Amino acid sequence: MSGAAAAAGAADQGRHSTLSEITLVEAVNAALAHELEADPSVLVLGEDVGVNGGVFRATAGLYERFGPERVVDTPLAETLIAGMSIGLAAQGMRPVAEIQFMGFIYPAVDQLLNHASRLRNRTRGRLSCPMVLRAPCGAGIHAPEHHSESTESLFAHIPGLRVVVPSSPARAYGLLLAAIRDPDPVVFLEPTRIYRLVKENVRDDGTALPLDVCFVLRDGGDVTLVTWGAATRETLEAAERLAQDGVEAEVIDVATLAPLDMQTILESVEKTGRCVIVHEAARNVGVGAEIAARIADEGLMSLLAPIKRVTGWDTVVPYAKLEHDYMPRPEAIVAAVRETMEAA
Amino acid sequence: MQRPVEKAPSARGSRGESDRTSHADTGSAGEIVAQFEIRYTRFLDENGRAVRELPAFARDPDVMRPIYEHMVLTRALDRKAVALQRTGQLGTYPSSFGQEGTTVAIGAAMARDDVLLGTYRETGAMLFRGVRIAEILQYWGGDEAGSDYRGPGAPRADFPICVPIATHAPHAVGVAYAMKLRREPRVAVCALGDGATSKGDFYEALNGAGVWQLPLVFVIVNNQWAISVPRSAQSHAETLAQKAIAAGIPAEQVDGDDAVAVYQAMRNALSAARDGAGPHVVEALTYRLSDHTTADDASRYRSADELERRRALDPIARLRSHLERAKLWSEADERRLEEATAARIEQAAAEFLALPPPPPEAMFDHLFAQLPEALREQRDALVAAAAAHRAETVSGEEDGQ
Ligand SMILES: Cc1ncc(C[n+]2csc(CCOP(=O)(O)OP(=O)(O)O)c2C)c(N)n1
Ligand SMILES: [Mg+2]
Repeated sequence: MSGAAAAAGAADQGRHSTLSEITLVEAVNAALAHELEADPSVLVLGEDVGVNGGVFRATAGLYERFGPERVVDTPLAETLIAGMSIGLAAQGMRPVAEIQFMGFIYPAVDQLLNHASRLRNRTRGRLSCPMVLRAPCGAGIHAPEHHSESTESLFAHIPGLRVVVPSSPARAYGLLLAAIRDPDPVVFLEPTRIYRLVKENVRDDGTALPLDVCFVLRDGGDVTLVTWGAATRETLEAAERLAQDGVEAEVIDVATLAPLDMQTILESVEKTGRCVIVHEAARNVGVGAEIAARIADEGLMSLLAPIKRVTGWDTVVPYAKLEHDYMPRPEAIVAAVRETMEAA
Repeated sequence: MQRPVEKAPSARGSRGESDRTSHADTGSAGEIVAQFEIRYTRFLDENGRAVRELPAFARDPDVMRPIYEHMVLTRALDRKAVALQRTGQLGTYPSSFGQEGTTVAIGAAMARDDVLLGTYRETGAMLFRGVRIAEILQYWGGDEAGSDYRGPGAPRADFPICVPIATHAPHAVGVAYAMKLRREPRVAVCALGDGATSKGDFYEALNGAGVWQLPLVFVIVNNQWAISVPRSAQSHAETLAQKAIAAGIPAEQVDGDDAVAVYQAMRNALSAARDGAGPHVVEALTYRLSDHTTADDASRYRSADELERRRALDPIARLRSHLERAKLWSEADERRLEEATAARIEQAAAEFLALPPPPPEAMFDHLFAQLPEALREQRDALVAAAAAHRAETVSGEEDGQ
């Protein structure tokens, strides 16, 4: 963090406000505004992020407040957006770039994999890449084709990259602050389905959340439900239904998919002996597979039942008519938990 | 084949900003709304004789002697590196043999605070900017630490050489954007090959540089080949420079084997960019006299005749003739330089060969600013496994194996 940012962070105490009943996308906006205000090296760039305030309004009002040089409408060029962010970051800036939809992030993968994630390593620390690449992700908003993927595992597989998926307004605010202040590149995936689904009070005091621990959303001793992103909604709903039948589920929001905090997950599984992993992304080689493998490796002896996964199908994410048949439903999660309960 | 470099440019026209009504209607073909031209510049012919009035710096020993000396140094380093590779002491190496006029003039024209984003074939520019010979060898020897430029006055903000073709062009846009945003009188220089101009990355970067009028100079080092693919198969455009026109960026061609021409074009482009005039593209027409890398055999795809013809255009011999004619260089200077260069190369090679291998944990230690807890176990396992392997190897040697 620059000296200016540190000073502004300290000055925050005393004049912070509570943003009442804000949505996840408004929390993203608040975090961006906070960092643009606090740190002159922060800038926001992407397609339609300026005058238009972003197609989801994540950057609304920032252009007016911070001007066109720091809230930058780019040409329609994803390689450029990711690549120039690397150049900016290497020069000591803190770019927060937006890819308009996850479906259009793939040209940026080359830049993330070949450069952003390894610039520090390639130069033995001489240059580094403190950039954030934000992108909306996931299905469920009746969007056109190519707008509904959850391909977080592609990014989690890249060494040197952090991958973060918030699932509530408060976590979006705190994790985005942390991502912007982190000295290394972060891919920040925002589930569109919950952009406006829940509202909560968020203290706009510049307090960041840690980037390398899972969040326990619900305590329970019978089964561990591991999830992230929009699927936390269905998972929490399933947990409520199970509670009515006397099954207490612990719900863990992984939130930071890479690097992965297995500690929290293993401790929970040690307590419950059962684990169901829920994610919207396709099952094959999803992040859930890694978590299951790690539990099998390091927590097998505490397991009372096989690990189950409830995920999107291994198909192309369907267009709007079928997208709700694609995403994990609470019933499927409840059924998977029942199976593990019956196993032992 | 690329048109003969001696000829006047074949690409022509002018960017018609003038008001449309002043243009004659050309009938069914419609009116001309934009025109452009690409100019080609050369000062020294292949014998080092001036073909047009020389810029003043061409007779300034403080400018010209260091350029010549670095061209000789670059060639000597290439020769040494290839020899080290052939004897198993260096990895695959890309020589810039034949391109010394271009690569050194790029480095010479830049200011210390400017930022170079280059390919694996900009050794001359790197040397001129203060990257140490031993670091260059260390890098090609397989150790990333060679990209941690640490010599006196090292260009600490320069990017490490770029391996994935053209992917560094967008980085240059970001670097230049930061310079412009901070109102700094600095310029980013992005050097890339003829092959690189076919990639979308290059077009996206050109376009961005044009939109924001950034202090960014692209140098297309057109050495006529992209491994085995000739320039003619890379693009149907008459010049590669003209690709800049579509992005609204002025562009020109120079004789890349004439260091005076490259230096002049770069100086003008850099100072204009520094003064806020925006980006520029220089296409330097040169030739790769070596194989693509030590892993390549160019005789599979190009004729001995072509190579012979191009050898005659040697940028080093050409510049030396000019310097001698201008009384900036003597036979004695040449002997002194030969000796000094050989000594520098030998000393750097000895330093490189004496370097200890990087510790295995280096692969973890620069992945993040701080090693995440999640990776600690793997790092420990690597350190233990590497130590055990080494101990076994040593005891094996002691057993007389
Ligand atoms: C994106 C990408 N594709 C392919 C390669 C393999 N490759 C390495 S060098 C090269 C040719 C590059 O030609 P050019 O841009 O003209 O540069 P030169 O080697 O002639 O200096 C190729 C195809 C690569 N490094 N990167
Ligand atoms: Mg080439």
